[in-house]
Amino acid sequence: MERRAIFAGRLLPALLLTPQLTVTIVFFIWPAAQALLQSVRREDAFGLSRHFVGLDNFAAILADPFYLASVEISFVFGFAVAVLALALGLLFAVMADRVVRGATFYKTVLLMPYAIAPAIAGVLWLFLFNPSFGIVGSALRRIGIDWNFLLDGRQALLVVTLAAAWKQIGYNFLFFLAGLQAIPKSLLEAAALDGAGRRRRFWRITFPLLAPTSFFLLVVNIVYAFFDTFGIIQNVTGGGPDKATEILVFRVWYDGVVGLDIGGSAAQSVILMAIVIALTAAQFRFVERRVHYT
Amino acid sequence: MKCTLLAAAMAKVVVATIGAASADPVELQWWHAMTAKNAEVVNKIAADFNASQSEYKVVPVFKGSYAETMNAGIAAFRAGNAPDIIQIFEVGTATMMAAKGAVKPVYQLMEDAGEPFDPKAYLPSVTGYYSTADGRMLSLPFNSSTAITYWNKALFKKAELDPDKPPRTWPETFAMAEKLRAAGVPCGFTAGWISWTQLEQFSAWHNLPFASKADGFDGTDARLKFNNPTVVRHIANLATAEKDRSFDYGGRTTEPEGKFLNGECGMIQTSSGAYGIFKSGAKFDFGAAELPYYPDVKGAPQNSIIGGASLWVLAGKAPKEYKGVAKFFTFLSQTGLQSDLHEKTGYLPITKAAYEAVKESGFYDKNPGREIPVLQLTRKPPTQNSRGLRLGNLVQIRNVIAEDLEAIFAGKETAQAGLDDAVKRGNVLLAQFEHNTR
Repeated sequence: MERRAIFAGRLLPALLLTPQLTVTIVFFIWPAAQALLQSVRREDAFGLSRHFVGLDNFAAILADPFYLASVEISFVFGFAVAVLALALGLLFAVMADRVVRGATFYKTVLLMPYAIAPAIAGVLWLFLFNPSFGIVGSALRRIGIDWNFLLDGRQALLVVTLAAAWKQIGYNFLFFLAGLQAIPKSLLEAAALDGAGRRRRFWRITFPLLAPTSFFLLVVNIVYAFFDTFGIIQNVTGGGPDKATEILVFRVWYDGVVGLDIGGSAAQSVILMAIVIALTAAQFRFVERRVHYT
Repeated sequence: MKCTLLAAAMAKVVVATIGAASADPVELQWWHAMTAKNAEVVNKIAADFNASQSEYKVVPVFKGSYAETMNAGIAAFRAGNAPDIIQIFEVGTATMMAAKGAVKPVYQLMEDAGEPFDPKAYLPSVTGYYSTADGRMLSLPFNSSTAITYWNKALFKKAELDPDKPPRTWPETFAMAEKLRAAGVPCGFTAGWISWTQLEQFSAWHNLPFASKADGFDGTDARLKFNNPTVVRHIANLATAEKDRSFDYGGRTTEPEGKFLNGECGMIQTSSGAYGIFKSGAKFDFGAAELPYYPDVKGAPQNSIIGGASLWVLAGKAPKEYKGVAKFFTFLSQTGLQSDLHEKTGYLPITKAAYEAVKESGFYDKNPGREIPVLQLTRKPPTQNSRGLRLGNLVQIRNVIAEDLEAIFAGKETAQAGLDDAVKRGNVLLAQFEHNTR
C-alpha cells in the first residue's frame, strides 16, 4: 500500500520542512561549501592575506608521499576496525539472543562503551596499555613481550584499532540483536528438523537473513572508522610514532589547526569526503545487490 | 496620564542603563593555557588585580594546551571575536610577529596608554626573545622557563651513587644511567619536550647553530642546521642508550614527566616549570641541576634559552580596553607579584628587581636548586646561537623532529639519516612560512 501524505496547499509542507532544511544547510551544506572554497585558496594564519591558487593545493597533497602513506594506513585501520567491530558485535548478539535470564543486564553492559566519547575511550586504552603504568601494558612487559607502543608503530596501530573497535561493538550488537529477533523461529526449526546443525543453520539461514542489517552496519562502521575515530587517535598516539597511526582525518586536523594551513587542510577534507562517498557508493552498488530484503 | 507613566518608565530604563554602564568595569578577556597549580596562580593574579581597582576586570579563560590556545585565538581573530590578552608559547612567536595587522605590540600599547614602561627593568635574556632587533618589546614575558635536569635522590642511593652529586657531563649521565639500570631501576633517564631539550636547548648549550641567520633572528630565509656532527653524535648516543633503557623515550611533550614522578626513571631533563608538579606529587627526595654537556665541545656550556610563554595583545580592540590591559601589565610587572610567582611555580622572574628581591630574601639558600634556571640562562652573554629561536611553523617542525627521533630511537633509522630527513622536511616548512609572510 502506498503511503503518501497529501497537503492542501504548499505553505504548510514548506514550513514543516524548514527546521530540517535549516539544520542541514547550516551544519552540512555551508561548511562543505566553505571547505570547497578554501581548498582553492592559499592564506596566512590570521586570514589577513589570501589568494586564489586553483588546484595547486590538491596537486601538492597528491604528490606528497606522506599523504599516500596516510591513505594506506586509513584503509588498513578502517577495514580492521569495521571487521573487528562487526564480527564481535555479531558474536555477542548471537550469544545474547540465546540468553533468557539477565538479558537486559547484558544488553546494557555491552552497549555502554558506545556512549563514551571517543577522546575518553582513547584515554582509557592509553592508560590500560601504557608500557610504564598500564595494567595490560606492564603485564605484557612482565611476561617478556617488548611492549612499547610509543616507539613501535605496529603496536600503536593495534592499540588504536582495539580502542576504536571496542567503542563500536555495542552499536553493532544492538542492531544485530534486533535483526536476529526478526528472523522467524519457524525457519530455524524447520532446518533443525531437516537435520541441519547449529553452524549450518547460522551460516545458511541466519546470516543471509541478517544481510540488510549487516550491509547497513558495514556502511556506518566504515564512516565511523574514517571520521569518528579522530578523538582516539589524538589522545592515544597523536598520529605517531613516526606517523604510524596518522589517518586522513587526523591529517586534516593537524594541517589545518596546528599547521594553520587552511587551504591544504580544506583540500584534504574535500578528498576525504570524496573517498568516503566513493566507498559508500561502491558498497551500495556491489554489496547491496546481494542483500536479500524480506 | 498614560504619557506620564510611559515617560517615567522610559526614563527609569535609560537611567538604569547608564547607571549600569558606568558601574560595570570594562571586561578584559585573558586566554591562557595554564593547568593545575599554575592555573590557580593565574586566577589569583586576575582576582588580585580586579580587587585592586574598579575600572577594569580581567577574566581569565582556560583554552587548552598552548597549541590549542593559540589556534583558538587565531580562529577568534578571524571571526572578529578576539580576546584582549592571549598567552602564546615561545614557539608561536614568529607567527605572531609576522601577523602585523593582528597584533598590538606591547611597547606601543604602553606608550599609547601613557603607562610607565622601562624595557631595561626586565632581564635581557628573557625579554630579548620577545623583542625586535632594536630592543622594542612586542609581547610581555609571563611564564618563562628553561630546561634543567632533575634527579631522584632515593634511586641514586639505591644504585650506590652519591645522592647529592648529579651528573655534570653527558658521559657522566650515561654512566650513571647504566648504574641505575644495573641496580634494577626500570629506566636510567628520560627527557620531556624531546625536540626542545635534546636539540634546541642542546644546540644553545653547546653554542651550535640550530638554524642559520642567527637561529632565525636575522630573517625568514633561515634554514635548519642541526644535522651537524655533534648533535648527530648525541642523538646516536641516545639511540644506543635506548637499547638497554638507560635512556627511555617517553613521549613528545610532558608525558615523560609521569615516568620520573612515579619513580620509574632516575633522572629527567625537562622544563623548570615542572618543579611545582614534582614538588607536590613526588614521593621521594629530588634535586635540580644544570643540563649536562659534552666537555670536548668548545664553548660548552654556553647558556640555555627560555621556553614558556608570553602575553600578546590582539589588535582591533577599543582604546579603553587597551588602557586596562596596559594597567594590568604594569600590575603584573610589580616586584612583589613576580617574586611570588617565581617562588610558587617553577617559572622565572622577568624583572631584575624581582630576581634581586628573591635572592635577598634568602629563598635560594633555603631552596637549593631553585636558582639553577636563572643561573643557566645568564651563564654567559648570549651568542647568536643561544638567544633563542625565531622560526616560523616551529610547532610543526618540532613534530617533524619528534617523528624522526622516534624512528631513530626505534632503530629504524640511523641518527644521521633521521636528522638529515628532519632538516629537509623542516626546511620545506620554513620556506612555506617565508613565502606566506612576504
